[in-house]
Amino acid sequence: MTILEVKGLVKSFSGLTAVNDINLEVREHEFLGIVGPNGAGKTTLFSLLSGQLPPSAGKVVFEGRDITGWSANKVAATGLVRTFQLMRPFESMSVLDNVAIASHARHRSRRAARRHALGVIERVQLERYVNSLSGSLPTAGLKRLELARALALEPRLLLLDEVLAGLVPAERAPMIELLRELHTDGVTVMLIEHIMTAVLALSERLLVMHEGAQLALGEPRAVVDDPVVIEAYLGEDYA
Amino acid sequence: MTDMVDKQVHSAADRDDPRLKDRSRSRAYLALLVVAVVLALLPLGMSDRVETIAVRTLIFAIMAVAWNLMSGYGGLFSFGHAAFFGIGAYTDAYLVVDHSVSPWIAMIVGALLAAAAGGAIAFLCLRYRLAGAYFALATFAFAMMFLLVVQNLEILHKTEGFNLPILPTYSWKMMQFAQGSRNYYWIPLGILVVALAGTIAFVGSRAGQYAQAIRDDEVAAASLGINALRYRLVTVALSCGLTAVAGAYYTQYYFFVGPDQGFGSGVSIEAMIPAVIGGIGTVWGPVIGALVVGPLAEGITSILRNPPQVLSFLQGLTGLDVAVYAVLLIVIVLFMPKGIYGTLRDRWRK
Repeated sequence: MTILEVKGLVKSFSGLTAVNDINLEVREHEFLGIVGPNGAGKTTLFSLLSGQLPPSAGKVVFEGRDITGWSANKVAATGLVRTFQLMRPFESMSVLDNVAIASHARHRSRRAARRHALGVIERVQLERYVNSLSGSLPTAGLKRLELARALALEPRLLLLDEVLAGLVPAERAPMIELLRELHTDGVTVMLIEHIMTAVLALSERLLVMHEGAQLALGEPRAVVDDPVVIEAYLGEDYA
Repeated sequence: MTDMVDKQVHSAADRDDPRLKDRSRSRAYLALLVVAVVLALLPLGMSDRVETIAVRTLIFAIMAVAWNLMSGYGGLFSFGHAAFFGIGAYTDAYLVVDHSVSPWIAMIVGALLAAAAGGAIAFLCLRYRLAGAYFALATFAFAMMFLLVVQNLEILHKTEGFNLPILPTYSWKMMQFAQGSRNYYWIPLGILVVALAGTIAFVGSRAGQYAQAIRDDEVAAASLGINALRYRLVTVALSCGLTAVAGAYYTQYYFFVGPDQGFGSGVSIEAMIPAVIGGIGTVWGPVIGALVVGPLAEGITSILRNPPQVLSFLQGLTGLDVAVYAVLLIVIVLFMPKGIYGTLRDRWRK
């Protein structure tokens, strides 16, 4: 079953076309990797899907509902939730309250929201920092906090923007394991990532973007072996 | 996925985890109770002169607590709170003088009008994406506009303002008591205590948490499903309504309000200064700031009225208070950027 349908999605910023005619169908429970060089339009694509930016043309259908042009908060409330590449914690708040902000979507009382948030924090193994100010977290902690807040909304489609970037290799493995678990539990995931080993380990399909356009889409190994992709993105050394 | 989270949630619930306990809130209520009792007993040993200063301080404190809701917790810096103070002061004056309405009712009507006006102004500013200094300037411009309108409205007595009639009988209903009655102190104290209790409740509520999240990072808050505009407007409305209550009490206490006392830019500064000095975005900061600014303002006023020999050149001048606030503000910003309370609290925690 299709959970997300993207048709002819375009975003232009005064002359520059950041996203150029993306067509995509994401199946329920799928893990879709998105790769491409810097400036390929990956993050802009996420911003269009999650409502941070209005598209210049095209259509976004989530679970059968046309959500094109919806505001970010409305999209998030439907179950399509994103994280940010540059972490955006609520710095004056503790880790627990950061996550509780998201839990409040389903739990009106502060007590219930914080209780729910604590469960999510344990899930992403951030319990060491529960009552620390979020601004004081190291990068790896902030990445997990981004993830925890998104998970607290109980999303059905999760857009992850470089959750592994900035982590040292030792921190990557547990994060990859966590993403795999989430996927096994039934969340549909779209993952933007530069670290190819991680992308290949997790993705069931791979979308390659280049200069805003969709260069290739398909089974990951086949896609990375595609000469067009190698030339445009991975460079000749890879071949 | 949902199942997994639920399982975790139940495990946390069963244990009644100590990490979930938020003692700061119950501690704040307890502190408020102590402060309220102490302040309520104070006037028993006060001279009338001191009571005047105390009442002025309480009015400052209510304004600052109100300003802090919108600008401290909501992150929308208002430089035009005179607009809402003036609406409260004038609504009270108009209804009490011209229609003999009870000041208590006038106070509520004023608060509702100010909440609506504040909501409308904030909506316009946010709709056109005014942020930071531009938002502050826009609120200042609106307050100025209100001042000009009031100065030119016959129904509000143009530049003359309103004098409250002194009634033949004393009553709670009309908020008039014998001269020197301590009720004039206890009423604003009661309002302040309710405002502080409301602040503590708001800060810990869902709406208050949302407001602070939006202040910290609006984009992130929206990505978590929060309607930033809605919760900003709620915060603004609360702040403006409370400011109007302070304005209404001002009219009642001084028996007079004119355009400058209600809508003058000095009023906007007086709402802001105690909060900044005491510590914005904290429950107690505005009160502590008011304890500094209230006596100071009263002191300056009396010096200007009756300057000692050396300062005789000050006789009849105005604006000295604003100059002193400016100096005080510079000192605070330089040495205690988080305000007196904020700075001390951080030091204590370390």
